[in-house]
Amino acid sequence: MRKSSLFFVYLAVSSLFLLAAFAHAQYQQNRRWPELQENMRLVRTLELTDLCLFTEARYTRNPSLADFYAPFQDHPCSLEHFPSGSLIMPNRGKAENHAFMD
Amino acid sequence: MMMLELKNIRKVFNQGKSYELVAVDEVTVTLEAKKITVLKGPSGSGKTTLLSLAGCMARPTSGRIFLGDRELSSLPERFLTEIRRTHFGFIFQQFNLVKGITALENVMLPAYPLGGPHGALKKHARELLELFGIEGRASSKAEWLSGGEAQRTAIARALINNPGVIIADEPTAHLDTKLSREFMDIVGRLKEQQKTVIIASHDPLVYEAAMIDRVISMRDGKIEGTKA
Amino acid sequence: MHSWIEKQRNIIDFTLSSLSRRKGKNIALLLVYTLLVFLLASVMFFTHALKREAALTLRDTPEIVVQRMAEGRYEPIPRKYVEVLNKIKGVTSVRGRLWGYYYDSVTGANYTIMVPENFPYKSGDITIGSGVSRVRLAEKDDMIPLRAYDGISIPFHIRGVFSSESELVSSDLLLVSEPDYRRLFGTSKDLFADITLKVRNAEEIPTIAEKIVSLLPNTRPITKREILRTYESIFDWRSGILVAILTGSVLAFIIVSWDKASGLSADEKKEIGILKAVGWETSDILLMKFWEGAVISLSSFLAGVLLAYVHVFFTSSILFEPVLKGWSVLYPEFRLLPFIDPYQVATLFFLTVVPYTVATIVPSWHAATIDPDSVMRS
Repeated sequence: MRKSSLFFVYLAVSSLFLLAAFAHAQYQQNRRWPELQENMRLVRTLELTDLCLFTEARYTRNPSLADFYAPFQDHPCSLEHFPSGSLIMPNRGKAENHAFMD
Repeated sequence: MMMLELKNIRKVFNQGKSYELVAVDEVTVTLEAKKITVLKGPSGSGKTTLLSLAGCMARPTSGRIFLGDRELSSLPERFLTEIRRTHFGFIFQQFNLVKGITALENVMLPAYPLGGPHGALKKHARELLELFGIEGRASSKAEWLSGGEAQRTAIARALINNPGVIIADEPTAHLDTKLSREFMDIVGRLKEQQKTVIIASHDPLVYEAAMIDRVISMRDGKIEGTKA
Repeated sequence: MHSWIEKQRNIIDFTLSSLSRRKGKNIALLLVYTLLVFLLASVMFFTHALKREAALTLRDTPEIVVQRMAEGRYEPIPRKYVEVLNKIKGVTSVRGRLWGYYYDSVTGANYTIMVPENFPYKSGDITIGSGVSRVRLAEKDDMIPLRAYDGISIPFHIRGVFSSESELVSSDLLLVSEPDYRRLFGTSKDLFADITLKVRNAEEIPTIAEKIVSLLPNTRPITKREILRTYESIFDWRSGILVAILTGSVLAFIIVSWDKASGLSADEKKEIGILKAVGWETSDILLMKFWEGAVISLSSFLAGVLLAYVHVFFTSSILFEPVLKGWSVLYPEFRLLPFIDPYQVATLFFLTVVPYTVATIVPSWHAATIDPDSVMRS
């Protein structure tokens, strides 16, 4: 087989797989919709405010409810303590709305 | 088949600088079709430059070049390349095969941009290699070919687009006597195929061969003499 | 048209032969490039899918959550605040929430303990998340002891375990009755953790939040919009580790492209000279260089993106797990719902394939215009 043919076959197969990935994503969204609905129901009935992603510390478990000082623990110079704290940004919306109150 | 005419050709390198060099100085020559012409002369005589100019590989500083009645010297680059591809085949002193690809691929190389049917091109390339007795080396990488095999591959490459004019620059420079004679046999066959052959060489085995139609002597960029 | 296609194929044949001449270097380049794309695409898929899932899952989160501030920290909120908030126009319901964190010294894990509005079981019963079940090796009908604030161990009967499909929201949850909660934490009957409000008209939420602050200056209302915004900016590129990953990837990519763009080797120049001498035009040379760049970048892009998709949605981002898990003992096992943004994929394509291909073509421009005569003299 010509080298260019091999390359085109690779491109074609990969592109097909990429399209299949999009199709798979759509299929999974439809198939697992009931799961998502169940999670939405739990959020509604239990009045949850956060996803359970990082259980290291309070402010990483509930970042939407954390006060701004929690990452500093008990000292202003206390630097970022927990690895997942460096993944989550402070909530800018809260900062904008609450800054004048602090 | 068309005649190649060079009129008042002058080629100056590094013009205007202190190290300016006049490689070809007001040369007028007609290279007849279907004949074998040898440009003979010592190093620095201007034979390679004249070959370059004749084969549209370089532009003259002044003067005009005609292929038949078509003037080449004033053509834009794109057209010159087209002319070079269809009318001329080159055999370089160092053969200049592309390393890392096979002999067969080297032969097909000049025809790649033309976009012709691949199967036909491959078949034609194999036939050329067979013509020069090296079909068995078609799949060998260029760097693994012997000197003689590399030269034959270079000749086959020069013929792939079926050009009318073959230009060879010092083709026997890196060959022993046996291979040089074999090369001249091939030149004889090219003449039989009605090709125009122009060779630059200072090898007596070349310019004294019986099949040569004309020998043009050059020195210091000028034509010294012509012997038919 | 056929002749054009055949020309491209011929040039690609030559390009691939040329690339295989420096097999080791080009394979290494392909692997590094694929790795870069894989890393970037993995981060892209993960963050996008998580944000989309968060936005959908938390759609019905409370409209306003009111917390009390004391000494710069959040503290339990008095029950009497419920009556004050009930009087605000536009508020349809007010409920005091009881929830907190429980540190399990046996495993080192942190749980979230809550009292739901309607706890279906009696005192002494508990419902746990599947993450808790996994960490404590506890199943339905097992007993699980929790240590109260005064050091007394209180046994709980596990009446139910949340499904593993709901781990994203319930993995670390412990649901207990109100009396059990107050017993565990010693919380007075007059206090709640915070208060949630339902509002008739969502447009009025900011106004109501302002009223809350004016009525109760030591409180902080957190609106639904703010809660959702937390997850819109999660893993934002400015956050620490993401900057580190992206910077590293971008720098590596620049180095790879720079190596290409910084010029041709003597071998490459010679090759171009030979091609010009045998009749290739400048445009043919540039086309060859285009394919040289495109072969590497296209191949790497497709491989990287596909591997990233498998990594994120089939293996649950297994390579990111150490980063995401951090020091957590309890890490939820969840499979993100695949959400792919085609614009992001297209952007990644233009940011990776195009610059590299251009970096391959540009340095060849000068060499491609070489006078073929020089080949005669070499």
